[in-house]
Amino acid sequence: QEKEELIEEWQPEPLVPPVPKDHPALNYNVVSGPPTHVITVNGKECINFASFNFLGLLDNEKVKSAAQASLKKYGVGTCGPRGFYGTFDVHLELEERLAKFMRTEEAIIYSYGFATIASAIPAYSKRGDIVFVDEAACFAIQKGLQASRSNIKLFKHNDMADLERLLKEQETEDQKNPRKARVTRRFIVVEGLYMNTGDICPLPELIKLKYKYKVRIFLEESLSFGVLGEHGRGITEHFGINIDDIDLISANMENSLASIGGFCCGRSFIIDHQRLSGQGYCFSASLPPLLAAAAIEALNIMEDNPDIFQTLRAKCEHIHKALQGISGLKVVGESFSPALHLQLEESCGSRENDVKLLRRVVDYCMNSGVALTQACYLEKEEKCLPPPSIRVVITVEQTEQELDKAASLLKEAAQSVLN
Amino acid sequence: VNHIVHNGGLYKRPFNEAFEETPMLVAVLTYVGYGVLTLFGYLRDFMRQWKIEKCQNATEREEQKDFVPLYQDFENFYNRNLYMRIRDSWNRPICSVPGAKVDMMERVSHDYNWTFTYTGRVIKDIINMGSYNYLGFAQNAGACQEAAAKVLCQYGAGVCSTRQEMGNLDKHEELEKLVARFLGVESAMAYGMGFATNSMNIPALVGKGCLILSDELNHASLVLGARLSGATIRIFKHNNMQSLEKLLKDAIVHGQPRTRRPWKKILILVEGIYSMEGSIVRLPEVIALKKKYKSYLYLDEAHSIGALGPSGRGVVEYFGLNPEDVDVMMGTFTKSFGAAGGYIGGKKELIDYLRTYSHSAVYATSMSPPVVEQIITSVKCIMGEDGTTIGKARVQQLAENTRYFRRRLKEMGFIIYGNEDSPVVPLMLYMPAKIGAFGREMLKRNIGVVVVGFPATPIIESRARFCLSAAHTKEMLDTALKEIDEVGDLLQLKYSRRRLVPLLDRPFDETTYEETED
Repeated sequence: QEKEELIEEWQPEPLVPPVPKDHPALNYNVVSGPPTHVITVNGKECINFASFNFLGLLDNEKVKSAAQASLKKYGVGTCGPRGFYGTFDVHLELEERLAKFMRTEEAIIYSYGFATIASAIPAYSKRGDIVFVDEAACFAIQKGLQASRSNIKLFKHNDMADLERLLKEQETEDQKNPRKARVTRRFIVVEGLYMNTGDICPLPELIKLKYKYKVRIFLEESLSFGVLGEHGRGITEHFGINIDDIDLISANMENSLASIGGFCCGRSFIIDHQRLSGQGYCFSASLPPLLAAAAIEALNIMEDNPDIFQTLRAKCEHIHKALQGISGLKVVGESFSPALHLQLEESCGSRENDVKLLRRVVDYCMNSGVALTQACYLEKEEKCLPPPSIRVVITVEQTEQELDKAASLLKEAAQSVLN
Repeated sequence: VNHIVHNGGLYKRPFNEAFEETPMLVAVLTYVGYGVLTLFGYLRDFMRQWKIEKCQNATEREEQKDFVPLYQDFENFYNRNLYMRIRDSWNRPICSVPGAKVDMMERVSHDYNWTFTYTGRVIKDIINMGSYNYLGFAQNAGACQEAAAKVLCQYGAGVCSTRQEMGNLDKHEELEKLVARFLGVESAMAYGMGFATNSMNIPALVGKGCLILSDELNHASLVLGARLSGATIRIFKHNNMQSLEKLLKDAIVHGQPRTRRPWKKILILVEGIYSMEGSIVRLPEVIALKKKYKSYLYLDEAHSIGALGPSGRGVVEYFGLNPEDVDVMMGTFTKSFGAAGGYIGGKKELIDYLRTYSHSAVYATSMSPPVVEQIITSVKCIMGEDGTTIGKARVQQLAENTRYFRRRLKEMGFIIYGNEDSPVVPLMLYMPAKIGAFGREMLKRNIGVVVVGFPATPIIESRARFCLSAAHTKEMLDTALKEIDEVGDLLQLKYSRRRLVPLLDRPFDETTYEETED
């Protein structure tokens, strides 16, 4: 009888709390037509400084016709995961090409960029293992770490001394309990070019630390694949490091390759394990063949024109210089990084007000024909929330005049809004 | 155990579900089989360790040999010794559209499945009973493909941005309005991957202090989403309403485990059709329980959308229920729509909240435009809005195929699990040797089937799983049935101890669905 009363009385919370109508994240920008170099946002034609289309392959005719041919042959969907008649010859070809391009033994493809690193980390790192990860790691890495249930140790962004301190602490712990230490795996997870700060990771020092403390390295190259290095092979080519020194390289194909999905590459010893224990690989449908064909064609273009990487880096340097000296905004990121952040030099007190101020700068630019966007984060879920910023993305299709126009427009906007 | 629940009460139609018990002799023989394999496994590992036999695994780098080993030896025991023997039943590469008939690349292994080589020959016209192609939309010609080709030409293949930044195309908004109309809900939101739809949205809906009641046999994506949310998870027996009710009562009466504070909210996670069992969720009873105990229902219609219901609108329509009773309707576009991705439908407040706080909207790239167009065209076809009756004909064809196929298999004497109306048909194999043998024998006869064993199923209940499609004609089904009969006799798979009297003269049922009152 008492139980009946308790059941009657209990009132749950509503399934979702109400969201105010003017919440900034609720009203999306509507893009009519393809999100290419010239983009129509909310009805206005602008130059695109917000899509990660670094090599301009989004509306490349060769890529589109390769995808069309694949569409005529295979249809759209694959109707099954890789294990059950979802493996097409296009997937096998793409994996071979990626492995050959990155000069590793094997590669594995996922059908969703976010799921790539979020499935790769829990496949190797389990409860009881230790992962040292940079504070500015992107959300996908954070979710992969959460799913793995391992011990996470954060070190300050790009601070090798802090990492060494943590590694030394771990070493002293190990000496107290050598039996446990012999079965505890250790990993370092870093990104080539950080999405949240635009900085590059100091890989040569990391390799030294790897061999000194016997830790494996997982490298996330979503922004640096197709950007750094003489042939676009990423940060290992940029620093001239032997690719076998990195245990696992993961990247998504949604930035430079202008397709959908992601891949991991490395030695067969490591990659083959994901074919049975990568959750996003085994329990999910495979990548639609037309997207795989588009990625193969994009790889062909990257291999045939190795000078686009140099052109892209030159444009990045150009705009990095042009954006210096805007009153009120500071540029965050390396000079050769194609995805920069513009943060407020002085915060005006609360994050909400900062976001509103930056929103006005972005609106000013959009009204004058330059499409920009604020970097979006889930404020309550991020481990180390970056400060609000405007994201500036440089692509190889932007001309010098357009870069200068964008820089001067940002100066004007900052003047009018922030002063 | 047979459950036949007739009209009256909550169910407006008969609910026929059967899971015949494993015969005792078969169970014993299966354990013996695994025992022998395990012994041989130890023997081979011993020989490999003492270098009597060559070790064909890939190995660690010389420079890293003193690092902590990446894999524990025991973890891979099953992989090395059991899975490797029959590895050729999975990951079969195909090179044509995955329709009713498919072309497969021939591959051979000269070293007992450690490596494969492709001979270059293509085996043509294999009857495809493995792809999730329920309504036959996996086509490389026709209205859907042409529309997708046009959109590909105009928009390109990728999007290169997230929904909240610059990736929200007008095509996505069109798709979401259409999906909401199709399901009969206020609003819907679409995502690029079905797996990610679960693993990224359940954490946005529930958190610490909430309770998740999840079915025993839920899919890996639901389990991952529940774990990532941080809520307490309790599991109820598969499709067992008494178990669910007991958990609900206990939860409300006793509250949270140590603090005894009341739970913030309770979320029940169920699937429409469970793909390994072929069973359909007891939705009327679940909804009655949900209303009585004021909890929320999350329904994952990955396999049931498009496959059940008189007009293909899923398990809610199949039972004649109101879509507004289900708080969160989730589904995927991979199976019945021949595309990729997932969606969530529900009230406008729910979808507005997800647009703001879903992990996928903030951090993941949006869907590719030609895939979106394929979904739009196929949904319009199913609804009949493209001016033809192709959609309706396909839904009916699938229902007829399902009933016919299941009845014939039962008549032959196989043990078939699941609900009579589910297009997923698991045929029990049990013994480990028969898993590999069944797959290979069927391929020799030009039929492609899917076999599953441990760890996707309990260790002695390995099975072959057929996925029926509206694209299968009666001739194809008859050919397949004839071959399955032959292989069943060859491998002694007809375990069933109850025989259905074969209905020889009965034609296809004309009344496949009873019209429910509106």
